Amino acid sequence: MTTPTSTAVPAATRRAVLLQGNEAVAEGAIAAGARFFAGYPITPSTEIAEVLSRRLPEVGGTFIQMEDEIAGIAAVCGASLAGTKALTATSGPGFSLMQEMIGFATMAQIPCVVVDVMRGGPSTGLPTEPAQGDVMQARWGTHGEHSVIALVPSSVEECYTLTVEAFNLSEQYRTPVIILSDALIGHMREAVVLPEPGTLRIAERGTPDCEPDEYDTVTSTLDNILPRPPLGSPFRVHVTGLVYNRRSGAPDTSDPAAAADLGRYLREKIYHHRDAIVRVEEVEMHGAEVAIFAYGSVARSAMAVVRKLRAEGVPVGLVRPITLWPFPTLAVDRMAEQVRTVIVPEMNIRQMSWEVQAAVRGRAKVIDYGRVDGKLITPDEILELVKPEFYYHSWEDA
Amino acid sequence: MSALVDEQLLEAAPTGDPKLPRIKPHTTTEIKQHLRSAKTLWCPGCSNGTITRALIDAVLGLEIDPEKVVVVAGIGCSGRISAYLDYSTVHTAHGRALPVATGIKAADPSLHVIVAMGDGDSSAIGGNHFIHAARRNIDLTALVFNNSIYGMTGGQMSPTTHLGDKSTTSVYGNVEPAFDLCELAHAAGATYVARGTSWGYQQLVNVLAGGIAHSGFSMVEAMAICPVYYGRFNLTSDPAEFLKSQKEHAVPVDKFDEGETRSHDHYPVGLLHHRERREYVTALRSLRERAQEAHNG
Amino acid sequence: MAERAGTGAAGSDAAPAARVEMRCSGSGGQGILLAAAIIAEAAAALGRRVVQTQSYGPEARGGASKAEVIIASEPIDYPEVQHPDVSLVLSQAAYDKYAADTRPGGLLIYDSGLVEPDPADESVVRCGLPFTQAASDELGKKVVTNIVALGALVAVSGALPAAAVLEAVVSRVPPRFRELNEQAFVLGLRLGEEALAMLATSSAARTS
Repeated sequence: MTTPTSTAVPAATRRAVLLQGNEAVAEGAIAAGARFFAGYPITPSTEIAEVLSRRLPEVGGTFIQMEDEIAGIAAVCGASLAGTKALTATSGPGFSLMQEMIGFATMAQIPCVVVDVMRGGPSTGLPTEPAQGDVMQARWGTHGEHSVIALVPSSVEECYTLTVEAFNLSEQYRTPVIILSDALIGHMREAVVLPEPGTLRIAERGTPDCEPDEYDTVTSTLDNILPRPPLGSPFRVHVTGLVYNRRSGAPDTSDPAAAADLGRYLREKIYHHRDAIVRVEEVEMHGAEVAIFAYGSVARSAMAVVRKLRAEGVPVGLVRPITLWPFPTLAVDRMAEQVRTVIVPEMNIRQMSWEVQAAVRGRAKVIDYGRVDGKLITPDEILELVKPEFYYHSWEDA
Repeated sequence: MSALVDEQLLEAAPTGDPKLPRIKPHTTTEIKQHLRSAKTLWCPGCSNGTITRALIDAVLGLEIDPEKVVVVAGIGCSGRISAYLDYSTVHTAHGRALPVATGIKAADPSLHVIVAMGDGDSSAIGGNHFIHAARRNIDLTALVFNNSIYGMTGGQMSPTTHLGDKSTTSVYGNVEPAFDLCELAHAAGATYVARGTSWGYQQLVNVLAGGIAHSGFSMVEAMAICPVYYGRFNLTSDPAEFLKSQKEHAVPVDKFDEGETRSHDHYPVGLLHHRERREYVTALRSLRERAQEAHNG
Repeated sequence: MAERAGTGAAGSDAAPAARVEMRCSGSGGQGILLAAAIIAEAAAALGRRVVQTQSYGPEARGGASKAEVIIASEPIDYPEVQHPDVSLVLSQAAYDKYAADTRPGGLLIYDSGLVEPDPADESVVRCGLPFTQAASDELGKKVVTNIVALGALVAVSGALPAAAVLEAVVSRVPPRFRELNEQAFVLGLRLGEEALAMLATSSAARTS
């Protein structure tokens, strides 16, 4: 089913525009400077491809519908290596197909953005209905040890701003960044006021501050991740998915020390910057005795509950990770020290609640609540989970 | 026969047979200037070194700025070429060289993008990418090292292993027919299709140079020898003898009758198919111009 | 809701309700989604907070699909509609699946040529109008049934000023179909206003 698409975002006026989540991702990508998209149509992500097939050529960019999702992310890696900011978008089954090249992009340190608009699954599952079943696939879907950055929008506005953020992080840390949207957020329209074009921080890819023949001798450190020159430059770079010597870039699969150095570096270059990368929204956590840990579209239901209960004087707060990976350990630590119960509602069965439980380390009770029927968890369902935690409250009045 | 529909709508002015460039061979010193290292992991007797030299000879002969050459490779013995050549190089995942190259060429059309693949890379795991790159007619030069076997993993059968051949996964003899990669490329829409052998070095250089010079998807199949696995299991483990067999099997295309049956021991070499039609990156550029005109005007 | 239906004449400048939830439903191909998107577009242009969601099966044509709009003055957290104040129903399948969710006292607008509502259901204010037939008879184009229904919905519910919705209609359709869609919307407004007058009469008769 094709949906009507709104006209391009007017640049001059700053009044609210009605935008679909997927359209907002597309416009955010253009605002971030992305000029290349390659992918394969799949519900419920297709509008991102449809909008970009129209918008990218208008701004001098390139849209290619590839033969499958593997080719989509492969072409994105190629375009990025040639110096162009690039993205692809997909949903569950396509995200599975992309995992091989997400691993390649991680290993070869290629900045790119992968949008996964989550739907019910496994397999074809519920193509038009939302789910959050890919949060662990985003973390562990590709093979081998690796780091990952994944962002979860809860609104159409965040579909836009987090896409810009995703490009910035991918350029800064030279790594693929995943956006975990879902069928609800992706297809939802909201009135949003988009930021003025000049007000957004846009990270551009630099060039190394050295001569081509010195390039093999300069090494990125955790605090100074050097940009890679584009293909076809005097630097004549070699890019490989093999284990390589981190200084020269040359493949080296025979030296365990070189492999260990690269492996640890690829992990640490994200974890070392965890505090700068991780964003969490904490709502009404002051004095909260119970916290709801919710992300993506489910966080909206949780938010409705928090507003309602705070108005009644019930001390409930919301911890909403905007960055799901790296896991927001610091925020969970704070939460675990403060509340007696953490409720984790999610549209999967216990995927993040396990992670929360591990981080809480017994300091609070963790209640998981999962739904995998393609329906958004309602505020009433969450409310029913909260009630027993305040058994002394007179719920009849609620 | 091409498998494209409406091909005539895409075609530019038809051209006759192009004159293949005749490249004067270069000295080893000149060749070495295009190598990061002359040390390879290829087995003694392997023809990959010969094919690599032929590629450099072609680039030198065409006087292309080496800084504008990008070699994208897949996985397997052939993929290792990416580490040895002193161009911008990308060693991708198995079968994914062509879509990565598609992204590179579309993002920067000024680059000469050469895609080095093996037979498994191009026609098994990457078969889908192969036919679609050919259909789009994107200006890439696909160089397929066809040794009819998976060498890197120790001698398993590939889609170009011949009927009856032995490999470590066809110990009773292969029951699957082999692909003719040139016919596959032609059917899928490639606009330049040529075959050379590691025995016929000068011809290989010339068809490679023709492929690089051609604007559109060009496919050069380099018939490679793998004495260690394919030869030992099926023909001979002696590299010289193996090479000589290529001389006997390969027939210049102008001496090969159209009706003749192609087989593993009787196949045409040289420029097999050539036509001109709109190249993909050029088509993208004009699409962009139309979109911008509509958007701004 | 009956009161709102009574006071919300088209173009009314009464203060907007704090929160109105609407659901448009029908089968794929009837333009349900476009109708909801137009309502949302109009609300956004008026500076209201708005969320529009949809639910559809894999079918591009047929099946039962719905599209929902929440218009509010406060932030909208939970984005889905559970008990719509206003339900627009354009097919029997959609009626069977969705109509019962309508908030007691809410407004149920349906295509009287395609939907046979449960006569025993007294919990909602029912308003059946022949949208498809009117589009076909008066404009010769069944394809604008959704816009006729939209006009009626605006007139009967008074949720948004008709002029703002008409503007959104115009912005959403290609120029060559603009006139046809304007006519469809005006036709719907007229049908809605007539129905509103009848609703007011019957309501007055019931309360006297």
